[in-house]
Amino acid sequence: MIHFCLNGTWRSESQVEPSMTILRYLRTNVGQMGTKEGCASGDCGACTVMLGEYLDGEWRYRAINSCITLLASAHGRHLVTVEGLADQSDPHHLHPVQQAMVDVHASQCGFCTPGFVMSLAVAGDQNPQAELTEAQVIDAISGNLCRCTGYRPIVDAGLLSHSYPSNQAQYQSAAPPAQGLAQASLTKQQQFCHLPTNEQQLQDLLAQNPMARIIAGGTDLMLEQTQNFKSLPQLVGISQVAGLNSISQSEGRVTVGCAVTYAQLETQLKDSFPAFVDLLHRLGSRQIRNQATLVGNIANASPIGDTPPFLLTLNAELVLASTQAQRRVALADFFVDYKQTLLQPGEYIRQVEFDLPTADFVRAYKISKRYEDDISAVLLVVRWHIADGKFSAVKIAYGGMAAIPKRALAAEQAMLGQPACEQTVLAAAQCVAQEFTPLSDVRASADYRLQVAKNCLHKAWLESQAQAVSVWQPAATRRTQQVFGGQNA
Amino acid sequence: MRNVKPYDPLPTQRIAKANTSDLGKPGIHESAVKHVTGKAQYVDDIPELPGTLHMAAGGSAHAYAKILKVDLTAVLACPGVVAAYTHQDIPGEIDVAPVFTGDPLLAVDETQFVGQPLFLVVAETYEQAQAAVALANIDYQPLTPNIRLQQGLDSGHSVVPQHVMQRGDYGPAIANAEQRLQGEGYIGGQEHFYLEGQISMAWPTEDGGVHIHTSSQHPTEVQKLVAEVLHIGSHLVTAEVRRMGGGFGGKESQAAVLACSAALAANDLQRPVKYRMPRRADMERTGKRHDFGFQYDVGFTSQGDILGIDLTLAGLCGCSADLSQGIVDRAMFHADNGYSLNAAKVTGLAPRTHTVSNTAFRGFGGPKGMLAIETVMENIARATGQDPLAVRKRNLYRPGADTTHYGQKVEQLVLTDIVSRLETSSDYWQRREAVAAFNQHNPYLKKGLALTPVKFGISFTSKHLNQASALVHVYTDGTILVNHGGTEMGQGLYTKVAQIVASVFGVSSQRVQVTATRTDKVANSSPTAASSGTDLNGFAALNACEEIKHNLVQWACDCYGIEASKIVFSNDTVTLGEESLAFAELCRLAYMSRVPLMAHGFYKTPKIHYDRATGQGQPFFYFANGAACSEVLIDCLTGEYKVLRADILHDVGRSLNPAIDIGQVEGGFIQGMGWLTSEELLWDDRGRVISNSPANYKIPTAFDVPAEFNVALYESANPESTVLNSKAVGEPPLMLALSVWAALSDACAAVAEYRCCPRLDAPATAEKVLAAVGAAQQFLQEQNHE
Repeated sequence: MIHFCLNGTWRSESQVEPSMTILRYLRTNVGQMGTKEGCASGDCGACTVMLGEYLDGEWRYRAINSCITLLASAHGRHLVTVEGLADQSDPHHLHPVQQAMVDVHASQCGFCTPGFVMSLAVAGDQNPQAELTEAQVIDAISGNLCRCTGYRPIVDAGLLSHSYPSNQAQYQSAAPPAQGLAQASLTKQQQFCHLPTNEQQLQDLLAQNPMARIIAGGTDLMLEQTQNFKSLPQLVGISQVAGLNSISQSEGRVTVGCAVTYAQLETQLKDSFPAFVDLLHRLGSRQIRNQATLVGNIANASPIGDTPPFLLTLNAELVLASTQAQRRVALADFFVDYKQTLLQPGEYIRQVEFDLPTADFVRAYKISKRYEDDISAVLLVVRWHIADGKFSAVKIAYGGMAAIPKRALAAEQAMLGQPACEQTVLAAAQCVAQEFTPLSDVRASADYRLQVAKNCLHKAWLESQAQAVSVWQPAATRRTQQVFGGQNA
Repeated sequence: MRNVKPYDPLPTQRIAKANTSDLGKPGIHESAVKHVTGKAQYVDDIPELPGTLHMAAGGSAHAYAKILKVDLTAVLACPGVVAAYTHQDIPGEIDVAPVFTGDPLLAVDETQFVGQPLFLVVAETYEQAQAAVALANIDYQPLTPNIRLQQGLDSGHSVVPQHVMQRGDYGPAIANAEQRLQGEGYIGGQEHFYLEGQISMAWPTEDGGVHIHTSSQHPTEVQKLVAEVLHIGSHLVTAEVRRMGGGFGGKESQAAVLACSAALAANDLQRPVKYRMPRRADMERTGKRHDFGFQYDVGFTSQGDILGIDLTLAGLCGCSADLSQGIVDRAMFHADNGYSLNAAKVTGLAPRTHTVSNTAFRGFGGPKGMLAIETVMENIARATGQDPLAVRKRNLYRPGADTTHYGQKVEQLVLTDIVSRLETSSDYWQRREAVAAFNQHNPYLKKGLALTPVKFGISFTSKHLNQASALVHVYTDGTILVNHGGTEMGQGLYTKVAQIVASVFGVSSQRVQVTATRTDKVANSSPTAASSGTDLNGFAALNACEEIKHNLVQWACDCYGIEASKIVFSNDTVTLGEESLAFAELCRLAYMSRVPLMAHGFYKTPKIHYDRATGQGQPFFYFANGAACSEVLIDCLTGEYKVLRADILHDVGRSLNPAIDIGQVEGGFIQGMGWLTSEELLWDDRGRVISNSPANYKIPTAFDVPAEFNVALYESANPESTVLNSKAVGEPPLMLALSVWAALSDACAAVAEYRCCPRLDAPATAEKVLAAVGAAQQFLQEQNHE
């Protein structure tokens, strides 16, 4: 049985399939058709809904992709869909975002529109006192694709919506979760999804069900079901386990629990580690970052996962736990081969710990076809220190260049202790070609990968010398104009 | 009806608001409120009838193979599976090709592309059907496929014969010119990525027919093909389209496969069947914009005036003709863009490959012909040491040089004015200097700037498609229902037609309801394509309204004893000399006097003709025009870039709705930008689409929109007699994005101080830009060695 609130009304479900997504539940079980399926992979945002958590006496909402989110994960939470956004008592009243979208002609075919409405509504909800900035609007809709409008009017709507009157909608008076929403689960025949609330329960469940899949955000795991139509019969969710969703910093190290989302990291590391947070913006869309976890990116062991190369430069260590024991492994040792790790059945990554570099030059370079929400062709992270005109503490790591995220040890050696100058870096870049033999695939050719792998190292040097070499400079102030014409009529 | 007491649901207090929806005003989309509240219903949102089944198709694993055995035992044993079908179960016609032949609904004995449907499965749920198709046991004898364009050309197999358009003695013109250049290029295709994937739902009817809800731009074709597949009459099949979640050409011919498949099972099982394609299947199994290759040999003066050109365009058609003849033709028709080519030979090739049959996509071949000639312009500019804009301007059609290579005279020579206005408003020449200064001081970053024109021919090049019908009902309460053959895919067709209808009767468009496009209301409709939706259906609706209005006026003249000139329809009121009546009251009284208040309107485009044998004629009623100026910033170490600014001036004739037209212009520009930049379709050597999901096929996001984006309508009445002298706007703006590609080309050329024109194929991904930068650097090195 799970309990959750939908558009202001609490409901319970016990008979639904344990691996059912929120989107499928809305469309097939509830018959609310406003939330659309565009891709079923979390890439287009047409299915965006708001998911609220009750924290410190109030509901806090975030935008998520309902197509790849487990219904079970809504346990104890509040789902708000496009049907519940506006004041239902007045049929002519629209939510400010909806009215702004109408007024500035921000919909054409309309299929992506509910998703945009929800993304912008959350952004407004999180920022109730002021107009959204352009950067906030762009960030809010980074996971929403529109094929018709060219986005300009949608961004306009996001910027304007604050000026519209807002009526109280039913969802805004949702009751808080009942006390003691304890461990919940959904089971149907042999299938289950358990949501333990403490680590002992988690460890026991994993020990009893060594084949169970651990799920946090599920932004990758759920694709097995929604893209490949494979079943996920045994799921153990970790999002509601106490103690696993916190971030702590001490003595230059950061400890991140396995249920911590990118969104949490963005908030907490914004000032102390901006280079890392900048990369997070490009790692996935707003919706993905609201759901996905740093540890999930590690456990997934993708050769192109964006955070592992970064963490490799930060002396990251993992704490792996099970009923048997707790052990500590270096991240560099954790990746064994393509999609293979040291993690044993019954074991989970409890937390990751890494350096918080303060005195070093640290920069990440991501090469992809699109700036936002794309998978890297090549990812480079450099970290170095310069003392007495020489490089020290050099760490260089690449994603997308080998079967696993990997440090460029020869290039590091070529720089360590050498004069801090362009020649040294260019010589180190030459080592990259000897160390890596990347593949050609849908994202890039092997030749291009090698070339930009070297050139990005060069870029890092140039940027450390404050040379302008990036096109991703802060955008100029947005200036748009639409002239209806008529002077020649 | 018996009770005819006065009734008007829309008393006049709403008129103030209604004014914004008057013709020519920026009224909101008729579905805007439904869009933002999630109430707009797409096919997948229609409540399912009890017993609805779900369909999935099993696709070929091989691009080209003999099918030896199809064993569906394991499929049929899956939970929830109700039935499975192969080609043997089709009662009527197997081929569902739109124009020629070659598109079997289900493969017979040979596969033609990876993912080609071999069999269909229906199950109780969508997930069950999808899971079951994977379990088929199929034996193939693989054959050697042709996947790439060059393989298709080398094989000698074409889907339609070569076509040539020729004017003047191009050979000597090229050979005797002061300068001559030869070159080639490649232009990638494009995935439509309509947000609503392909879908159809079929309901069996009591008459032995089917009612199809389809996301199709061409319901009449769906109706016809379903009837043929089921071997029943068209009168037993109704195809209905309320709206699509985007079409862009991808649902012009290819939606029919889903409709016919769903109808096959619905008819057999006498149960409702829904066939919704998962996104990946949609990306693997439905046609896309054609890849094109081109080769040119051009002769020009030292000032850059084109004297003669020999241009070959080859479209990668895939495994069948589909709409490729018209697409390659349109590429050829647009190989001049807005330029006088003088003596020209344009050859179109349509090679056949073992890949999914490519299809219509906004621009329909036109963008490829235009990118080819813009490549020529870039090269001429570098060869003659001029700014590309100067070369473009010199070659624009002008008095005395106004005839296309297919013999049509360009009557409205408006591009010179459009380009000149944009040149000023975008501050082109000052920015050119600023760009040059920037480039001198930045070794690793380069800016590029380009201003390119667009001239796009309006009309279906298949003459018979240039017709439309509409049905208009005026009710006794003064409300109006209109139905026409055009489909709504977001472009605002229903809104514009409602505005046209309202304007005829002088009422607010709230009185007008446009209803779902249905083959049982308007027969024999053309696809909503070729940008012609409003031109055709709007005019047909106008004609129907005029007939009703004529009936009303005739009756009122008799009844009130006044002349027709004294009768004025405006503000929901009819003035009859000294008297005036609410429109609703007039309708009621006319009904009581037995005046017909419904009519069917028809329209066919005048003037057009084209002779394929000679490659000459007037295929287009008129041209839509525009120009765009784009500025980019590229990174010479990675090839990454950002579009910094775009300025657009686009000709929509006299706008029916400037807000909707601006929406088409901006949306088309960004979609075109995606085609030319980040959207890269890729196949592996076995013919599998490897760009098969939004995770690896990247359409633009809001971030990619230039921070400075100025869009203006060049509003001038269309000299041809279109609806309100408006112009079509669906496709033309896509090609404004050629300016983005040209600006990238300009930035790459800047690396070599504009002394060479490094090849930059489309889409100009960061990888291709870096390659062009590399070529420019190499050119410089070689020059310095000499």
